[in-house]
Amino acid sequence: MSKQHVSTTINGDEVEFLCEPHQSLLEVLRDELGLTGTKEGCATGDCGACSVMIDGRLVCSCLMLGVEAQGVEVTTIEGIAGADGLHVIQQKYLEHAALQCGICTPGFIVATKALLDRNPDPDETTIRYWLAGNLCRCTGYDKIVRAVQDAAQNLAYEA
Amino acid sequence: MGAYAYRAPTNVEEALSTLAAEAAAGNRAQMLAGGTDVMVQMRSIDKGPRTFVDVKHVAEANELHIGDDEVFIGAGIASAVLNENDELKRILPGLIESADLIGSTQIQGRATIGGNLCNSSPAGDTIPALIACGAVCVIASPGGNREVPTEDFVTGVGTNVLESTEFLIGLRIPRPKGRSSDAYLRFIPRTEMDIAVCGAGVALTLDDAGICMAAKVSIGAVAITALVVPDAAAALVGTAVDDEALAAAADASSALAKPITDKRGTVEYRRKVVGVLTKRAGAIARDRALAL
Ligand SMILES: Cc1cc2nc3c(=O)[nH]c(=O)nc-3n(C[C@H](O)[C@H](O)[C@H](O)COP(=O)(O)OP(=O)(O)OC[C@H]3O[C@@H](n4cnc5c(N)ncnc54)[C@H](O)[C@@H]3O)c2cc1C
Ligand code: FES
Ligand code: FES
Repeated sequence: MSKQHVSTTINGDEVEFLCEPHQSLLEVLRDELGLTGTKEGCATGDCGACSVMIDGRLVCSCLMLGVEAQGVEVTTIEGIAGADGLHVIQQKYLEHAALQCGICTPGFIVATKALLDRNPDPDETTIRYWLAGNLCRCTGYDKIVRAVQDAAQNLAYEA
Repeated sequence: MGAYAYRAPTNVEEALSTLAAEAAAGNRAQMLAGGTDVMVQMRSIDKGPRTFVDVKHVAEANELHIGDDEVFIGAGIASAVLNENDELKRILPGLIESADLIGSTQIQGRATIGGNLCNSSPAGDTIPALIACGAVCVIASPGGNREVPTEDFVTGVGTNVLESTEFLIGLRIPRPKGRSSDAYLRFIPRTEMDIAVCGAGVALTLDDAGICMAAKVSIGAVAITALVVPDAAAALVGTAVDDEALAAAADASSALAKPITDKRGTVEYRRKVVGVLTKRAGAIARDRALAL
């Protein structure tokens, strides 16, 4: 099998990699590039643990080929925190205890970022529908929704 | 024997020659749109090597055109993009809601209507909605483009009229005129992320007095392909789409359905529910048309 060369941007950095044409972006991120913050829960698009943004749009990295990253901007969980520490969304997940085992958390945080980038003031129904593709076995979701609401308020306050 | 490869042609001509070259070399080629069916199937039921031919970089398949007489939706456009287009949502609300039902936010970010149609699942949610609104498939073929009405596109479970050297460029939909609207409803056991037990799409046109002049009804997940229900449409035409007419349309859908029994529902249940969905989708389409 011949590997294919891909040039892309990940969290603002220009990145080049070689991958097999059938490898998913998730496999490339984790196994080729060492970006293991993005998790694999199911590899079938059901759990959202692998959520990343492609040109600002939320997608499952397990349902995208690595080669499809050519020329796009990828944002992973590693790109959410700033130079001076955690992003408000991450901070609020901590404060509200919106995580227990944490396997789902990177996906939830990327999905929350994609939501608040688009809609800075979502109501609870909007939050729950937006996050319906992210599964969490531990928290019961309520704390996650509170963290998102609090993060939205804080971001609005900062802006 | 064969390997995986990926190609990203930028126009129809290049895509067709890629498909032809792969066929001539004896390689399997598979079109790739959002990949939300392809990737899942590649990990489970269909692991064989192939050349992916990505439709998302084909210029013609990225066109979204809302004209005076016609709407064109390219096969490479993700449902999230369609759903963010307010004009499209206003003129074809039923079609857009059918696309919006597919999967989660993440799935919406990649999945296309064209991929849903070409995957040709009996439960594909956009298929009855496409049929109801009269969508025509624009197919790139080595001899030139050819067009096939959506109701004639799917031929069986997972099969359709496309040859291995052809692909779908997009869908041409007559722009609804006057007091025309559409609606799609499906039934699933939860509120999100499931496969339809059954579905119904209704498109109709009312005159100034609110009398139905034209209607088309299509039902999904109750046979090996989505079905057109001419008797349901006939029950609506000439009426004010009142309860009586809607009940007759419901009966026509239930009568035509040929469902199976599986974990999502029995034959009897599906027959009943597809009628209820026909009635409700008809009422929504009527109210939308009246509000125009
Ligand atoms: C978590 C999850 C939830 C889902 N929920 C639903 C749901 O509620 N309802 C539903 O109907 N589906 C659902 N699906 C299935 C899938 O998302 C849809 O069928 C989707 O519309 C497929 O579009 P795609 O662009 O991703 O297609 P792809 O996976 O890219 O392609 C699907 C098939 O069509 C072929 N194809 C694609 N584009 C073309 C083209 N232009 N020309 C020729 N052939 C082409 C491909 O070769 C492949 O065989 C779900 C999937 C997942 C993973
Ligand atoms: S790992 Fe991608 S959705 Fe579960
Ligand atoms: S914190 Fe364990 S799955 Fe969400």
